[in-house]
Amino acid sequence: MKTSEGHHRALPTVLGKAMRLAATVVFTIFGLLVVTFLIGRVVPVDPVLAVVGDRASQSTYDKVFVELGLDKPLYVQFSLYVEKAVTGDFGESFLTKKPIIDDIARAFPATLELATVGIIIGTLFGVPVGVWAAVRQGKLVDQVVRILGLVGYSAPIFWLGLLGLLVFYAKWGLVAGPGRIDISYEYAFTPKTGLFLLDTAMQGQWGAFRNVVSHIALPAALLGYYSMAYIARMTRSFMLNELAQEYVVTARVKGVAEWRIIWVHALRNAAVPLVTVIALSYAGLLEGSVLTETVFAWPGLGQYLTNSLQNADMNAVLGGTLLIGIIFVGLNLLSDFLYTLLDPRVRRRT
Amino acid sequence: MKPLLSVENLRIAFPSRQGPVEVVRGVSFNLGRERLGIVGESGSGKSQTGRALLGLTPVSGTATADRLEFDGVDLRNATAKQWRSLRGARMSMVMQDPKFSLNPVMTIGKQLMEAVKLHGGKSEARDKSLAMLEAVQIRDPDRVMAAYPHELSGGMGQRAMIAMMLVTEPDLLIADEPTSALDVTVQIEVLRILDNLVTQRGMSLIFISHDLKLVSTFCDRVLVMYAGRVVEELDASRMSEASHPYTRGLLNCLPTITGDSRPLPVLARDDAWLE
Repeated sequence: MKTSEGHHRALPTVLGKAMRLAATVVFTIFGLLVVTFLIGRVVPVDPVLAVVGDRASQSTYDKVFVELGLDKPLYVQFSLYVEKAVTGDFGESFLTKKPIIDDIARAFPATLELATVGIIIGTLFGVPVGVWAAVRQGKLVDQVVRILGLVGYSAPIFWLGLLGLLVFYAKWGLVAGPGRIDISYEYAFTPKTGLFLLDTAMQGQWGAFRNVVSHIALPAALLGYYSMAYIARMTRSFMLNELAQEYVVTARVKGVAEWRIIWVHALRNAAVPLVTVIALSYAGLLEGSVLTETVFAWPGLGQYLTNSLQNADMNAVLGGTLLIGIIFVGLNLLSDFLYTLLDPRVRRRT
Repeated sequence: MKPLLSVENLRIAFPSRQGPVEVVRGVSFNLGRERLGIVGESGSGKSQTGRALLGLTPVSGTATADRLEFDGVDLRNATAKQWRSLRGARMSMVMQDPKFSLNPVMTIGKQLMEAVKLHGGKSEARDKSLAMLEAVQIRDPDRVMAAYPHELSGGMGQRAMIAMMLVTEPDLLIADEPTSALDVTVQIEVLRILDNLVTQRGMSLIFISHDLKLVSTFCDRVLVMYAGRVVEELDASRMSEASHPYTRGLLNCLPTITGDSRPLPVLARDDAWLE
């Protein structure tokens, strides 16, 4: 009886929660649209000139001016902008003469693949290292981790990237050089998802797969190292906090083995705030690490945006900005969701 | 008969900027199958004494003793393995506030069954846990098993904690202010449950509290601690014969229901008690 009563009460709260969530998301993205639209109008780049070039006649200029809808009032322009954005139409790139959405669909998977491998490396190493440092607080391990973290924090990524290329590629030939794949393998498979690791593996092109791995290893390890430095530091401080709690004493009193206290009791609690940390560093990597992508000639979002920015290709810049904003909102939602999964105290609260 | 636990000259020190500070200064006592109360104000070293018996002195502190023996095992240089076989199975501890002493992201059932499973009994873990929850007078044990700590009231949480600590049937239970965080109305109820279980199962109990009156009701013998030392040891039934001025002073401060003395009596401390 009691449980059915509970369900009746739970249902509307779940629904209300979902609706509130949807409203937040819509509102955030709307705000994002306003910002990108206004930036597009405020920057001192004449969109008509960007299309017609500076030697066009006045009549051509006027014609394009009307074509772009710039004669209409601002709110009409904005509603047109939103209408198009919703259908995925961000206009054409002046530079590539292709729709922005196609350009991004080509550049984004490269960044997605690199960032995903990077964050996996960062988490896989960062969490255990952070736990280890917390358990041996003040000991040698802790100091070594601190120094490694400090280097990860302060050494410029392009410097480490170039150094990595020099040592591992030029000197020892352990990994492949810049780019995502060697030209000889480029036509060995069809890029369906744009994630080369996945594409080559699914099509059984193991030679190409190995080549892709060899290309991604160094930049991903580099991004992994940077996120590891941050994740390890945060893990350490969350774990120190948890290990000082009374429930840890309770577990000891019960006779629970030390490894289980650390990896099950304490880490399970530390995981709650850690999820947000990892999600946000992932979002940071997805923005496209401009420097890494430049050093490694990685045809990703960061490179695309920098290129567009340098050429005053506003449509491309704004489309990319919007995409990054949406990724941030999405990852925040995901981490909120995981948060409620991991922490029962948040779960039942409305 | 050999005592279950014997403590001789227990000292616990913590480092500070002015050099090490001794918070427990030479505590000695023997414990048989009885209920021993340790009373003292905060900072008197009573909780640290309790924790040292379980080898749980914080890492920054050092505990030394001339003798620290539990049922023939020398606790001073017990290995991690020996500690694990003692803790939970043979000695356990109920702590002050179930809000902090229960793991917030594990269900009560999981925490309770973990205690059973650790000391053999994987198959009957669930049945044993349910029976134990009934023994601490929880009416719907199935619901409590599935609940998370924050979903229980303080009294319920503390009963679950007691269940968790007694389910392995230890020989010695240390109760460190087990009711201080609870409402006055449920304090006595929880204490009665604790007292009944301890008596039924013939366990030894060390009951740590700042409440002299409470301790003398629930214990056979009382140690009064002041500034890291035992200043007086007496039978609970002979509380009125206390001779140490500190104990006398505390007893004098107890309000009586008939006489209203104004101004309220104040404990006058004497530096000589520190020695």
